[in-house]
Amino acid sequence: MSIWMIIIVVAYLCVIAYLGFRGFKSTKSATDYMLGGRSVHPYVMAMSYGATFISTSAIVGFGGAAGVFGMGLLWLTVMNILIGIFIAFWIFGGRTRRMGLRLDAHTFPELLGRRFQSKFIQGASAVIIFMFIPLYASAVLTGAVKYISSQLGIDYNAALLMFSVIIAIYVIAGGIKGVMYTDALQGTIMLFGMLALLILTYTKMGGVSAAHQSLTDMTALVPEKLLAGGHQGWTSMPKFGSPLSWTLVSTIIMGVGIGVLAQPQLAVRYMTVKSGKELNRAIPIGGVFIMMMTGVAFIVGALSNVHFQETLGKVSIVAAKGDVEAIIPMYLQSAMPEWFSILFMLTLISAAMSTLSSQFHVMGTSLGRDLVEESMGKKKGGSGILATRIGVLGGILISVYLSYIMELKFGKTGTAIVARGTAIFFGLCACAFLPMYVGALWSRGITKVGAIAGLLSGSLSSMFWICFVEQKAATALLLCNKFFGTRSLAISLVDGKEVFAKTGPIVWAFVDPLIIGLPIAIIVTIVVSLFTKKMTSDHLDKCMGTK
Amino acid sequence: MLGIEDGWVVLAYLLCIVSALLCLVWGALKWNVDDTVEEPEEEIRQWAEEEDRVEEEL
Repeated sequence: MSIWMIIIVVAYLCVIAYLGFRGFKSTKSATDYMLGGRSVHPYVMAMSYGATFISTSAIVGFGGAAGVFGMGLLWLTVMNILIGIFIAFWIFGGRTRRMGLRLDAHTFPELLGRRFQSKFIQGASAVIIFMFIPLYASAVLTGAVKYISSQLGIDYNAALLMFSVIIAIYVIAGGIKGVMYTDALQGTIMLFGMLALLILTYTKMGGVSAAHQSLTDMTALVPEKLLAGGHQGWTSMPKFGSPLSWTLVSTIIMGVGIGVLAQPQLAVRYMTVKSGKELNRAIPIGGVFIMMMTGVAFIVGALSNVHFQETLGKVSIVAAKGDVEAIIPMYLQSAMPEWFSILFMLTLISAAMSTLSSQFHVMGTSLGRDLVEESMGKKKGGSGILATRIGVLGGILISVYLSYIMELKFGKTGTAIVARGTAIFFGLCACAFLPMYVGALWSRGITKVGAIAGLLSGSLSSMFWICFVEQKAATALLLCNKFFGTRSLAISLVDGKEVFAKTGPIVWAFVDPLIIGLPIAIIVTIVVSLFTKKMTSDHLDKCMGTK
Repeated sequence: MLGIEDGWVVLAYLLCIVSALLCLVWGALKWNVDDTVEEPEEEIRQWAEEEDRVEEEL
């Protein structure tokens, strides 16, 4: 580790500490702590939303996946920009902000609970968030700490402790203001880091078209196993209906693309701005930011094949010895100048810290505000910040424990479970919350019972699919193997060989939980609402501002 | 096109840029627009009309 690296990391941490302190100084009420006083600057809001959305795994993990799948992953970037930013801010943002204000909601579960006049919805949503977000957080935490410990040459546990303590201090003290101010700085660093990575990569490979052409010319080098799965080259989509195409289309594009709309830690950000004007101003900032994050990661990940072929005579996944997550770090180490490794280390630390701080904050508000104070009615006097701060601390401890213990106690199985954390959380949130959230914002016909039925059916069906059918998650979680002796109910053993259950072009074991859970939740919400007691017009008018 | 073999991947590449541009154009056009401004409530509107009338009478 060079002296420059130490100086820059220390300077970075000092600025983070200062921003956390600013958040702390300007936090006086629960609204400040949870919603930044509803007056956050649009740049801060957009960068915070984007930086929370993009974690280290979005850059390293998905960038590495592009090294395997190729540039077809860019469809995910299109979905991220159009759905995750444009539709999210324009369509969902304005209504969420106004309804949150009318109902004086401080959190996403509180918004849903007050809209449907149900403490159960608020409490159950908080339980889902508090139970599953630690898995997502520990996935981000483990990835980041592994990277930091290898870059700075320090022990994994020491890095885990240091990293968590720093985040804990500014989240617990500064609340959402501390989180969002630091997010804005971290987002800006990420933007510069990724821009430099794109420019350096294209320059090194002789320009945009020349770089892509070199990748296209490598089609004949696709490994045998990937060819059998339907791979057709790194500048082509996989063969339609092949296992690879199902993984690409259903898991990556649908799962993460649509899943973003119902993420509690993202949705709450719409309520932090003063008016619709700020949301409009946040759209261009967020759109460009996301393009520069996932777009660049996917392009560079795919193009790493050209670099490894030229230098090692191997494609990326072979050069990385089958470890997808190692592709991007290996590429940076061997293809980029040394000064860039410092900038990129800050980029990745920023990506992890910004996602983690928001995850910890939403865990705290779910436990402290939604579950203990509102749903269980244990409201004490004061500004209501203390319960949330305790909740944040609890969330951090659970995530750190998961990060520490999973690998130590369960070895590779533990690592595999944690690695599925992000996808599991995204899918589960979409199935549990999206139908109810859309209904809350636009429909006068969705009833309280309908919303509860949708919440339960969506979360239970997606949990079933995650635990017993979708092969990656079900294999990692081991429950299916324990109960049924197979790693997925959609895979059977015939003469010692795995046979995947199929219906037409659909290979069930590769279908994302969202594809199953979301339609079930939508249908159940609508059907139950048709036959149950409607909400009063007065309440609906208040929620929707139609009076 | 652009050295990419599959039309679907070219489309994704271009759509990434187009959708980011869409966000930029949207932001430029709506920079000062608050399209979520709500109509004032009936009582406030009546109160404002009453105030205007009183003022005119005075």
